[in-house]
Amino acid sequence: MNIIVCIKQTFDTEAKITLENGVVKEDGVQFILNPYDEYAVEEALKIREEQGGEVTVVTIGPVRVEEAIRTALALGADEAIHIEEEAAFGDEYTIAEVLASAIKQKPFDLILAGNQAVDDGSGQVAVRLAQLLNIPHISTITKLEISGANVVAQRDAEGDIEIVEATLPVLVTAQQGLNEPRYPSLIGIRKASKKPITKLTLGDLLLSSDAISSKATILEVNLPAAKGAGRVLEGDTATRVAELVRELRQTSKVL
Amino acid sequence: MKRKVLVVADLRADQVRNVSYEALGGAKTLSGGGEVAGLVLGHEISSVASSLGAYGADRVFVIDHPELAQYVPDAYVAAVEQAMKVFEPQVVLFAHSAIGRDVAPALAAKHKAGQVSDVIHVELVDEDVIFTRPIYAGKAFAKVKVAGDMIFATIRPNNLSMPEQANAVAEVVSISYEVPTKMRTKVREVLKKASSGVDLSEAKVIVSGGRGVKSAEGFKPIYGLAEVLDAAVGASRGACDAGYCDYSMQIGQTGKVVTPDLYIACGISGAIQHLAGMSNSKVIVAINKDPEAPVFKVADYGIVGDLFEVVPALTEEAKKILV
Ligand SMILES: Cc1cc2nc3c(=O)[nH]c(=O)nc-3n(C[C@H](O)[C@H](O)[C@H](O)COP(=O)(O)OP(=O)(O)OC[C@H]3O[C@@H](n4cnc5c(N)ncnc54)[C@H](O)[C@@H]3O)c2cc1C
Repeated sequence: MNIIVCIKQTFDTEAKITLENGVVKEDGVQFILNPYDEYAVEEALKIREEQGGEVTVVTIGPVRVEEAIRTALALGADEAIHIEEEAAFGDEYTIAEVLASAIKQKPFDLILAGNQAVDDGSGQVAVRLAQLLNIPHISTITKLEISGANVVAQRDAEGDIEIVEATLPVLVTAQQGLNEPRYPSLIGIRKASKKPITKLTLGDLLLSSDAISSKATILEVNLPAAKGAGRVLEGDTATRVAELVRELRQTSKVL
Repeated sequence: MKRKVLVVADLRADQVRNVSYEALGGAKTLSGGGEVAGLVLGHEISSVASSLGAYGADRVFVIDHPELAQYVPDAYVAAVEQAMKVFEPQVVLFAHSAIGRDVAPALAAKHKAGQVSDVIHVELVDEDVIFTRPIYAGKAFAKVKVAGDMIFATIRPNNLSMPEQANAVAEVVSISYEVPTKMRTKVREVLKKASSGVDLSEAKVIVSGGRGVKSAEGFKPIYGLAEVLDAAVGASRGACDAGYCDYSMQIGQTGKVVTPDLYIACGISGAIQHLAGMSNSKVIVAINKDPEAPVFKVADYGIVGDLFEVVPALTEEAKKILV
């Protein structure tokens, strides 16, 4: 089984967002492997452990994303593809086009990705990718079973669970609950440094930067208006809940 | 410049969700005086078409077919494509819902078009279509411009203002569905889960429980308050991880991002990942026994105390005015 996992390095979910000259500041921010991608990597490793095969992680981003690649390799992925050219760091349209070209160069049976990244949170790339590769997709899965070419997944559709069937090759996106991601072992970390990372350029992928330039452009980024300090209500329970209900009804008008 | 804007209605239990009416209001803005159409997909759903007219659709397309009774990507992508061929829109809006999130990117990829997801504001500036959306789960907001003559977006519930309901009657156009030759995925079964009736992402009021509820049983007072307030019930990841409730209830950076009018956090400490999912709610109430809990920093009203005492008292007090 040839398994591909699309990964993204993101800000740590603890990160505070600050702006500098109108753009989100990266200095001092901890970077992590997107939490949803951790589920995707874990699922790929589990399948490989049961059925054999190879797990390749693919990512796009500047040099710093190598740390996320090394994490995936330390967890157990076999090899990695990294596209480091700036013209590839575009919007969801760009990213999907570049990933599709890179993945087309390899044989694959199964593609996994997180259902969204915790930074942009747009959840488009994987679905676009399936479309570009002309394979079916199943989004936000919480369970995956593969026997032979048959795939049965449980999809989380706003709390309902759909049992979805498909045949390989297929792309699935991971939802929280799919599995419990493992931690990298010391041996894994040591081995990771020797695993191959293939660097691809747009030239290697026969893509021109014009053809893949972003359709969506960020004009400005703003922080939410700072909230004025709230009020801690005083008195006994009866007094406080009475005041709260009155405030919610008369001042805030939300009841 | 006038644009034709198509709003693909999101149905829940065969009813149009409010977010689709909100999207019609946004569509009107983006159309710059052009035509706004609605699209209803499903089986035996024609009766809901007229409501789209009342909220501003000039025309409503209906594709009614048994193959559309259950959401399947191939079926829905094909159906929206067929409606797009008829209407030829320049902008297509979906709800940022299980279906919209799944169909819109597939169509955007097909059309080599840009898409903006999870939109909370739309505007036309010098004829450019501009969307505002949260990034970092609401820790910041980006204004995004999309180039090209085909634009897709998904709209977050509860954010665009609801248009006035008018007496307008839209022309209803039925499109006969050409079933795609191949459905590559099949839904064998849908396990409905008995989570509370009110939909979290659209709820005006949400009552949430955290690890402080201490057990699945401990959610009872939370549900009791929610019932009186006609609220949806949410949870922190702490409560989900502890097994007190289902992950579908999780609010936060890796759960649902919600923006109700009123959010009541009970026994939730207010970790940054949780705050990301709810801090843009209009009014926040925190009930926590620890006066130092970070949740009080974002709360408009705080009650320091034991939730098992405060929540039932609040429920009784609310009953006095609401029931
Ligand atoms: C990658 C990542 C993603 C995450 N994503 C999310 C997310 O999407 N959503 C999310 O919520 N968390 C998320 N978290 C987890 C987050 O960091 C916190 O661990 C979690 O939110 C804590 O849940 P909690 O507030 O219920 O529990 P705790 O932090 O344990 O807080 C419990 C609170 O209950 C109070 N309490 C206890 N008993 C009572 C009582 N009787 N009456 C009143 N108050 C009481 C306590 O004072 C305490 O403040 C994420 C973490 C990571 C690392």
